[in-house]
Amino acid sequence: MSKVLIYTENFDGKFKKSNFEAASYGAEIAKQLGGEATALSIGNVADDELKLLGAYGVRKVLNFKNDSFADLDNQAYASVVAKAVEKEGAEIVIFSGSTTAKAIAPRVSVKLKAGMVFATIGLPKNLSPLTVPKKVFHGKAFADVVINSNIKIISLAQNSFGLVENATGIIIEAFDADVDTTFKTKVTNVEKATGKVLLNDADIIVSGGRGLKGAENWPPLEELAEILGAATACSRPVSDEGWRPHSEHVGQTGKIVAPNLYFALGISGAIQHLAGVSSSKVIVAVNTDIEAPVFQAADYGIIGDVQKILPKLNEAFRKFKSEN
Amino acid sequence: MKILVCISNVPDTTTKIKLTGDRSAVDLANVQWIINPWDELALTRALELKEGSGGKIDKVTVISVGDKAAEPTMRKALAIGADDAIRVDTAPGDAYAVAHEVSEAIKNENYDIVLCGIESSDYNGSAMGGMLSEFLEVPSVSSVSKLEIEGDLVKVNREIPGGFEVVEPQLPFVAIVQKGITKEPRIPSMRGIMMARKKPLKVVAAAAADALTSFTGYTPPQAKAACKMIDAENVGELVELLHNEAKII
Repeated sequence: MSKVLIYTENFDGKFKKSNFEAASYGAEIAKQLGGEATALSIGNVADDELKLLGAYGVRKVLNFKNDSFADLDNQAYASVVAKAVEKEGAEIVIFSGSTTAKAIAPRVSVKLKAGMVFATIGLPKNLSPLTVPKKVFHGKAFADVVINSNIKIISLAQNSFGLVENATGIIIEAFDADVDTTFKTKVTNVEKATGKVLLNDADIIVSGGRGLKGAENWPPLEELAEILGAATACSRPVSDEGWRPHSEHVGQTGKIVAPNLYFALGISGAIQHLAGVSSSKVIVAVNTDIEAPVFQAADYGIIGDVQKILPKLNEAFRKFKSEN
Repeated sequence: MKILVCISNVPDTTTKIKLTGDRSAVDLANVQWIINPWDELALTRALELKEGSGGKIDKVTVISVGDKAAEPTMRKALAIGADDAIRVDTAPGDAYAVAHEVSEAIKNENYDIVLCGIESSDYNGSAMGGMLSEFLEVPSVSSVSKLEIEGDLVKVNREIPGGFEVVEPQLPFVAIVQKGITKEPRIPSMRGIMMARKKPLKVVAAAAADALTSFTGYTPPQAKAACKMIDAENVGELVELLHNEAKII
């Protein structure tokens, strides 16, 4: 029977939507192959949390509980994943599109001599040979990629498949892989903002560009983000100028994002910026220049000075939120 | 100490991507080639580290897998400041094949730090650096936005959602770097361009590594529907459309 193994990643013991999306995707492929979907959890995750995977078609969770795996070490984590694949006899391994997946999956690929496709955007177009679609040149073209090895690794681009509920009776199985736990990387410090909506988790992103003219003009944009429960972001010139931190830069060389709703406020829409946001479901653009390329990518547009329009947007969205 | 920077030769990021008539490939005729932007950041950081090391880092080498057409890009890396270059003489296959070729080419060279960009701007694979570390059986840290050397210790920042971790890897190791690793990529000076002509560019035979994936066909992106314009005096209409038409709020 064909088996699909889904790598899940916890954040302080909790799963995120991207894990449930990867689970939904893996379960669907398993169904198409007439097989079963098993998930792998590394770290310390409570059984109640693990059981949540059962809502998305996962039949079994291999629970690798080991306190020395509290911090990420790519080598050690990849070893555990490879052992789990071997134990289950899995033919397909699914990762989310997260940075951790990016760090581990390539190592697993080499361990298992398994061909890998990063950031696929949908279900396989063909099961034999396994063929999956992905964006290339940051969305300037789409490609079909065939994986020719016996074991195949696919990572799923965020927000490209969605959640598919399919409740199963899920089994939790303790998994104790015999791997080297002497890590060759050591985490010595962690700095993390709390209480902020994170860019990669956000359903809505409010992003500002040069049109805002200076760091001091960000409060109304932050206000809009707060009203909508959105994350804040910026274009490259803004982070280069130091108006906003580099971690907020979205675009080809910054973060690639795929929210449901993206506001490009005072951003002209250089090709590199659009490459990083083109997977957004809906794009709203505000710019003074009707010729700005951002309007080619946007669904809704307003011509005008973003500094004058932002207060109006805040008023309109606040009114909407109070009524809905 | 020696640093290796892996370089991918990619079409300029502003290139309009055209497909061949049968859509079996991307038409790369008349394309301007550049150093992959993330690799360029990695190279810049490697040179900064060397300059600040007081002679402790004696060499920055760049390596690329490609045919002769990749050499202008490698010369550019030398002009920016790399000391020497290695070209593995074969057309690059997938990330697996490229990582395998690089590992074979350098396995006897003992580089202390290997830097790779987090992805290439062409096929967006995000895999080569991690694969290389596994072929070399050395530790790797991904999403690296800062890299410092303090005495014998290497400290890197690994970006995580909402912040970063400080990670100390044992050497040798592979750092997979992203934006933040340096401020701006360096551009070659006239003197650098002159000197690059005389710097060693070694060509090594390929190990004939197998690719495990292949691209079978391409499609252009679908044209987007025209943008709906909303009067700046009536932004309430935007809220209404997002709610009732797009059903997104």
